[in-house]
Amino acid sequence: MVMTDPNMEGRFGEFGGRFVPETLIPACEELETAFREAWADPSFVNEFHRILTDYGGRPSPLTECYRLSEQLGVRILLKREDLNHTGSHKINNVIGQALLARRMGKSRLVAETGAGQHGVATATAAALLDMDCKVYMGQVDVERQELNVFRMHLLGSEVEAVSSGSQTLKDAVNEALRDWVATVENTHYCLGSVMGPHPYPWMVRTFHHVIGDEAHEQCLKLMNRVPDVVVACVGGGSNAAGIFSGFADTDARLVGVEPAGGAAVGRGVPGVVHGMNSYLMQDEVGQVQEAESISAGLDYPGVGPEHAYLSSIGRAEYPAVNDQEVVEAFQLLSKTEGIIPALESAHALAWVVREAPALQGQAVLLNLSGRGDKDVDQMMDVLGTESNQ
Amino acid sequence: MNLNTDVGRMESVLRGRRDDGAKLLVVYITGGYEGWEAAVETAAAAGADAIEIGIPFSDPVMDGPVIQEASQAALEAGATPASVLAAVPNLDTGVPHAVMTYYNLAHHPGHERFAATLANSAIDAAILPDLPLVESGPWRQAASEAGVETIMLAAPTTPDDRLPELCAASKGFVYAVGLLGVTGERSALASTATQIAQRCKSVTDKPVLVGVGIGSPEQAVEASVVADGVIIGSAVVRRLLDGGGADGVGELVASYRAALDAG
Ligand SMILES: Cc1ncc(COP(=O)(O)O)c(C=O)c1O
Repeated sequence: MVMTDPNMEGRFGEFGGRFVPETLIPACEELETAFREAWADPSFVNEFHRILTDYGGRPSPLTECYRLSEQLGVRILLKREDLNHTGSHKINNVIGQALLARRMGKSRLVAETGAGQHGVATATAAALLDMDCKVYMGQVDVERQELNVFRMHLLGSEVEAVSSGSQTLKDAVNEALRDWVATVENTHYCLGSVMGPHPYPWMVRTFHHVIGDEAHEQCLKLMNRVPDVVVACVGGGSNAAGIFSGFADTDARLVGVEPAGGAAVGRGVPGVVHGMNSYLMQDEVGQVQEAESISAGLDYPGVGPEHAYLSSIGRAEYPAVNDQEVVEAFQLLSKTEGIIPALESAHALAWVVREAPALQGQAVLLNLSGRGDKDVDQMMDVLGTESNQ
Repeated sequence: MNLNTDVGRMESVLRGRRDDGAKLLVVYITGGYEGWEAAVETAAAAGADAIEIGIPFSDPVMDGPVIQEASQAALEAGATPASVLAAVPNLDTGVPHAVMTYYNLAHHPGHERFAATLANSAIDAAILPDLPLVESGPWRQAASEAGVETIMLAAPTTPDDRLPELCAASKGFVYAVGLLGVTGERSALASTATQIAQRCKSVTDKPVLVGVGIGSPEQAVEASVVADGVIIGSAVVRRLLDGGGADGVGELVASYRAALDAG
């Protein structure tokens, strides 16, 4: 198996590990043990799937895009994570972690969020399971994702704007880690992607495995074969890891699309921050650089360690698309299929559009990780300005 | 047989002072922050037994607001590891120097190269708070070969069965993290401070210093009843942020020194 368990030190190849302050080491160990036990316990796994089904709306459909396929000459299938409760794939991971936190006797969740989707999902799980919740969000993101901030408040969570550093996702992670260092006894850090110290990258991928499993089955049912290409956007890489894990052992081509301004894998320089050794955007001395992307959810200078590994062994590729291509893809899917994608997910489509000449006649499975409602406000500014020119 | 062949300057100086009956005072100052060099010299003159120089990092996860602010200001003023380290050999302190920074700044240039740079920059020891014991082996090896002591942090959450190994791995001194949390002054000494100091002392005879959370000379004295001394950081850096300059730092350090000497 390509996407198998990490080794005992939490490494995928040379990537991963547990680079956190000593204070948090016992909590990471406790979490690892609890996760191993829970995942081997049918009652836990059943409850996880029951909530994802009855509450989350799984399985999410596979939608064939007839008009878009015809236009591009590429058969496009969308895995509809946008139709999940709370509007993105994030709910899978959050339900898993919140159940695990409760099982571990923790009464409080903290989370970081970029676009606000993970924050909303965590706030939702906290409401559902009656836990306290605090979400850290960069000041820049608080401004560009106002709606999600309000949603989190409605759901009963506290939202703290982080004004240090680049004031985006990376700084929200720092602040969530600082909170956790101080509150580790009663608090679980509900990390939102396949990043951070071991066991998070592995655990979060495991909770998202359901995306890949469902999609694999759905593709077989529809086409009697796996797709030629599986594509997903990559911020930390959780939706990509989820869908890749259903196809890693097939001959499908795996493509993770990064934003040009946050191409951690693309640049390929290893570094250590936020608990993991992975590819990391950094300057010539090792200071972490600020990512820059139109989508808050991909505005992250690092990437999950398993993606660094998949890239290093040549199993997956990680091209980048620019903001302009993303804006065009966002509009394209809206107009041809009546589906407004999250700006994050539009990155995956932007790559398909650009590569369409080389993909003629192929079947491409695209993970539509989220819906675009949260981005409409921002796009009004972007498109409004454009049409004024 | 001399068991102390690998004892470096930091540890031998601190042991010597402790064995003379002194309580130890280590002072942290953010390198690259305006006026830091003078502040380091004044702190040493006012009675610091060793100086910890922060090399500012973009993502200081173990630091609270005060040190974050100083680090960010230093970075904005153009501080780099090279610019901070280049200044250290010219500092007139007469005491050992440690750097306190984050692991990526050692990982990026490579362990050997970073350790050699430290050794060539009048640095005796290194503290990397995001490099826990389980991940620290390769770095400690490289540092040790370059003659740099790696000071390990023992946390209130560190289990008893790991503490002996952690204290054995630590060189220079053992940094007993006084509370669950990041750097910053607190209004009272956390009960965890004495507990972790006691637990460390019971498994090592290396100097054990309590850091994180010390906010007043009284707290320093209280922590030092059990510990061999304290590390003060945010209290000092706040003086700099408030415009107190080197004189303000000198006064503050002198007040801690006097309190510790009076017991
Ligand atoms: C809809 C959507 N897709 C993707 C992402 C990026 O996360 P990941 O790379 O972990 O899937 C986000 C993050 O906020 C998101 O909201």
